[in-house]
Amino acid sequence: MLSILLNSNTGWVLLSTMTLGIAAGTIGCMAYWKRQNLMSDALSHAALPGVVIAFLLIGEKNLLILIIGAAISALIGAFLIQWITTASRISEDSAMGMVLAIFYGFGIMLLTIANRSAGGNQSGLDGFIYGQAAAMVRTDVITMLVLALIVVFIVFIGFKEWKLYLFDGQFAKGIGLSLKGMNTLYTAVLVTTIVIGIQAVGVILMAAMLIIPAVSARYWTQSFKIMILLSAIFGGLAGAAGTLISALGSGLPTGPFIVVVGAGFFVVSLIFGKEKGILIHYLQFKLHQRNQQSNTQTLKQEG
Amino acid sequence: MATPILQVENLSASYRKNTVLHDINFEVNGGSLTGIVGPNGAGKSTLLKTILNLHPSLTGSVKFFGLPFIKAKKRIGYVPQRGSVDWDFPTDALDVVTMGLYGQIGWLRRPSRLHKERAYEALDKMGMADYANRQISQLSGGQQQRVFLARALVQDADFYFMDEPLAGVDAATERAIMTILKELKAIGKTVMVVHHDLQTVEDYFDHVLLLNRTVIKHGKTEQIFTRENIANTYGGNMRWMGEEQRHAVHSIE
Repeated sequence: MLSILLNSNTGWVLLSTMTLGIAAGTIGCMAYWKRQNLMSDALSHAALPGVVIAFLLIGEKNLLILIIGAAISALIGAFLIQWITTASRISEDSAMGMVLAIFYGFGIMLLTIANRSAGGNQSGLDGFIYGQAAAMVRTDVITMLVLALIVVFIVFIGFKEWKLYLFDGQFAKGIGLSLKGMNTLYTAVLVTTIVIGIQAVGVILMAAMLIIPAVSARYWTQSFKIMILLSAIFGGLAGAAGTLISALGSGLPTGPFIVVVGAGFFVVSLIFGKEKGILIHYLQFKLHQRNQQSNTQTLKQEG
Repeated sequence: MATPILQVENLSASYRKNTVLHDINFEVNGGSLTGIVGPNGAGKSTLLKTILNLHPSLTGSVKFFGLPFIKAKKRIGYVPQRGSVDWDFPTDALDVVTMGLYGQIGWLRRPSRLHKERAYEALDKMGMADYANRQISQLSGGQQQRVFLARALVQDADFYFMDEPLAGVDAATERAIMTILKELKAIGKTVMVVHHDLQTVEDYFDHVLLLNRTVIKHGKTEQIFTRENIANTYGGNMRWMGEEQRHAVHSIE
């Protein structure tokens, strides 16, 4: 265990998945209140063809270039969902389902072709499906760290604006906040978070990094600020713990472990959460019931 | 009173292919309290949103204080329908009211203690001081409406637009809101309210705008709010509810 941590590469990877978890937890709260959890799933799947095309074009695995490819592909997916929803009678959830499946299928097809081409087999592109954090090298880690920190910073400095935008967009526009600008910025940070996460967590499970910390945090607080903070903490812890566990065995994928740890936080929150957690809810009800019953009894005795 | 502070010319708007509003022309003078009245689907909310640039207009122009909306928006306050936001959002009443000050606070800056105090005063004015730190999800419908109104009050605008502030609130809240609206009018502010209770129009508003996809009539309530005009707005076969009620009262007597 100690030797893993002392291995400098693992230390860096751990730091980057933790930062990724923090960024994903933060942006996950935005997606939660924009009611766009499914959207983040569609976008992460839509990123896959971009990764493979970028690899086929440059012929080597340079994370920054692959991320740019992923971002372009995810944005095309987002645009298609938007366009299908407005221009046809197909509803948004159907459009998202279609984009998710078609882009992912297309990505897998390209991946098979890339793996057959010379050198493709050793590319480690398969890692983008379930996530392979251990395959990351120092430059990958730095790219991820920098982008994740930018995302967190954007949310932090505009906290008040984000809150207004998510709570009441029309009112925000009325007092001069550009909705178009905020929508663009939101899509940009969402897509950035997704694409920097796909190497560590994989396209299939990336959405869980956004969704699970946010819904877990919802069980503990009634303040937006604290919800974001908690969500970031849950995401960071899940990222670090999942990476650590997957580093114990060789060749274990990171994504599933991160998601399972995140799911653990969720189950704990669901049961013990201060706000409407199942157990607390039940206890409060029972306590209230008993008080009410003893009140009626004393009234009867006195009467 | 001489120069109108809102001029709407030839405005039209649509949802997808359906034209909801057409040939909208009217002017509003400063210091007036106008009720926008019309049947469901008449485009009342759309009219407000189109005037305020929240919904795209097909044609026409809107001028506030002789200026386009963009230049006048600091002087305009908007109270959307209560159902337009998610009240489950994790925040408290005071925080929502503080949002009304965001424009003045400036983007990317944090609200100061002074801003919080002003928000608290506005809540107090709406009789909601005790609920300042209450979760908005735990407020009743009437209380939510008061919070929305308090948020508009802190904006300190000159011209207010309100979308059905009296829909689904109890009598006490209705009275509290109307008191505030009349106070706003008394200090020279202008207010336009989407309203759907025909019984109270004459008591509440000095001007009325009858709307059914276009302006049927607009002017002083005592001149415009006649049986004939209302029948025209609601379609000819609408029975005049006021009279029915009077009959009911008589029969009990």
